[in-house]
Amino acid sequence: MEPTPEEGTAAGTDAVDAATGTPPPRPDRSGEVRADSDLAPPLSGETYFAPGPDGEPAGLVAETSEGSQELTRRGTTGAGELRREVGAVLRLPEGVVVDPSNIDVEQSDDNTMIINMGPQHPSTHGVLRLMFELDGETVLRTKPVIGYLHTGMEKTAEELTYVQGSTNVTRMDYLSPLHNELVLSLAVEALLGVEMPPRSDWIRMLLTELNRVSSHLMWMATNGMDLGSTSMMIYGFREREMILAFFEKTTGLRMNHNFIRPGGTAADLPDGWEDDVTVICDTVLPRTDEYDELLTGQPVFRQRTESIGTISAEEALALSLTGPILRSTGVPWDLRRSMPYLRYDEVDFDVIVGTYGDNFDRYSVRLNEIRESIRIIRQIVEKMPAGDYRVQDKKVTPPPRARIDESMEALIHHFKVFTEGFKVPEGEVYVAIESPRGELGCYLVADGSSKAYRMHIRGPSFVNLQGLPLMMRGGLVADAVAVCSSVDPVMGEVDR
Amino acid sequence: MTTAVQPTPAPAGGSDSGGASSRAPGRPVQEVVHPTRAQYLAEVGRFRSNGFEMCADLCAVDYLTHPDRRLPDGVPHERFEVVVNLLSLSAARRVRLRVQVPESDPVVPSLFDLYPGVEAMEREAFDLFGIVFDGHPDLTRILMPEDWEGHPLRKDYGVGRVPVQFKGAPGPR
Repeated sequence: MEPTPEEGTAAGTDAVDAATGTPPPRPDRSGEVRADSDLAPPLSGETYFAPGPDGEPAGLVAETSEGSQELTRRGTTGAGELRREVGAVLRLPEGVVVDPSNIDVEQSDDNTMIINMGPQHPSTHGVLRLMFELDGETVLRTKPVIGYLHTGMEKTAEELTYVQGSTNVTRMDYLSPLHNELVLSLAVEALLGVEMPPRSDWIRMLLTELNRVSSHLMWMATNGMDLGSTSMMIYGFREREMILAFFEKTTGLRMNHNFIRPGGTAADLPDGWEDDVTVICDTVLPRTDEYDELLTGQPVFRQRTESIGTISAEEALALSLTGPILRSTGVPWDLRRSMPYLRYDEVDFDVIVGTYGDNFDRYSVRLNEIRESIRIIRQIVEKMPAGDYRVQDKKVTPPPRARIDESMEALIHHFKVFTEGFKVPEGEVYVAIESPRGELGCYLVADGSSKAYRMHIRGPSFVNLQGLPLMMRGGLVADAVAVCSSVDPVMGEVDR
Repeated sequence: MTTAVQPTPAPAGGSDSGGASSRAPGRPVQEVVHPTRAQYLAEVGRFRSNGFEMCADLCAVDYLTHPDRRLPDGVPHERFEVVVNLLSLSAARRVRLRVQVPESDPVVPSLFDLYPGVEAMEREAFDLFGIVFDGHPDLTRILMPEDWEGHPLRKDYGVGRVPVQFKGAPGPR
């Protein structure tokens, strides 16, 4: 149905020439043999419905100077064409995902309305704005509108040294700040080519796994709140508080730690950390069983989550969705298992997958990932080696405070590391880790100076939001809140 | 030579002593391909049909102030670079495509038809770098306000500064 470019150009020329009053020369058709030459088409531009085989009008026929131009029925309009017609204000991620024949184009626009949810809606988990096209209470199309929290962190990163870089990235995904620090540190260390001491790897694993538990607990809490289960919110925050207290003891801060740095960690674990971590494990693990009792077995919760916001594995892969959303569709893809970093190949854990890719599967994947993380943490406590918590490379790591008083060299290195920073050899690297929300990647370009030439963070929430229009299509507005919650977007990371 | 696969070797400093206590450090194996703009779409399509199910990441880099970066022979040094990270879940393998995009004509074909998931990423690259993705269904700004002028992550786009005045600071003597 699309006019070829040649036809389009020809029609355009005709119009221009007609406007200037000089009719273009007709194309010479004398040599052509036209089968329908006796049915000379009327050139008045009239249109009529041609009768189909069953008597029903099969399609619209327009009489033009080029002959009869048959238009197909509206229902056969392709997805791409439809997208252009509606101005792509609201989008469906068509491509491979939606069958164009399923789009109900016969429906008049008068029956639908556009509703904005956000950016100040409490259950959008931040400043996410969702534009809905609604037919009654049914969501037809959705467009996530983002950017309200954009603070130019990638630009800022180009102005900061690598030492300062983790202060910047830790503010992106504020629910799992240690993962952000880790991915930047891994990228910088990959470019530096330094050999990390084993203890620093294990400390990093311990902290990021605890952070995964706290992030999933936070998700359980907010998801419970979104579905009306206020007690879950209280419980989720209560358990998360234990982990934050441990973080405060270790790093000095509850969030935005800047603890995992290029070259290791800022400090060693505090004395008695094994006891603290064991208490956390012993408390959170039995409480996941309580959540099971509270939510999993509850009919209201199941009705609000089962077969809501369904997405298939093919759709999730096509839309680059990762993390619990991808795993809930049955794809066993976890970077800790499939492309291990740190020492994840030395610990034993299961990758949790779902079956249907609905809200309930995403819930149960996250709930069971808490249990698996605790299983990993227990192994880390057993296997934690002694040794350095940061690499003993004087060009990268500042010397211990005590050395500064005794050694001129130490003072110089300290001064250089904290003013100029260390230089990273030229090159570029992409490193990805499994954050609680999916693949958290860092593409780092170094030009040989002490500042990143370009730092790009592939935020899992940013990409996962693309699944929303598909998950919400055909659902109810009331479920939209639940679906949005089950994607678990963190706007600090989406907008960066 | 227009396409070159170069697995980056681990730096020479990596020791191979083995054992649980130490392991070879360094860059994870990074496969990089340098297609031209004309080959870009076909090259990505080839990877797509060879088991790279997901486009993990797409971003752009502005090499305005770092023009003499290392590139394989035969690859021209243009100002912009579009970097695509493809991921094969079945083979647990990543491949990175770096496409050189000239400043005078910053247009590359969109990957939307191959990987619908690049929709937001291409919009981000358009928003922050001004690179036009031909064939993208809705190439509008995504992070910056719609009426914003300029593309902030370009290297010739200045960093905003707010003059800070400290209260009670002694003036210059």
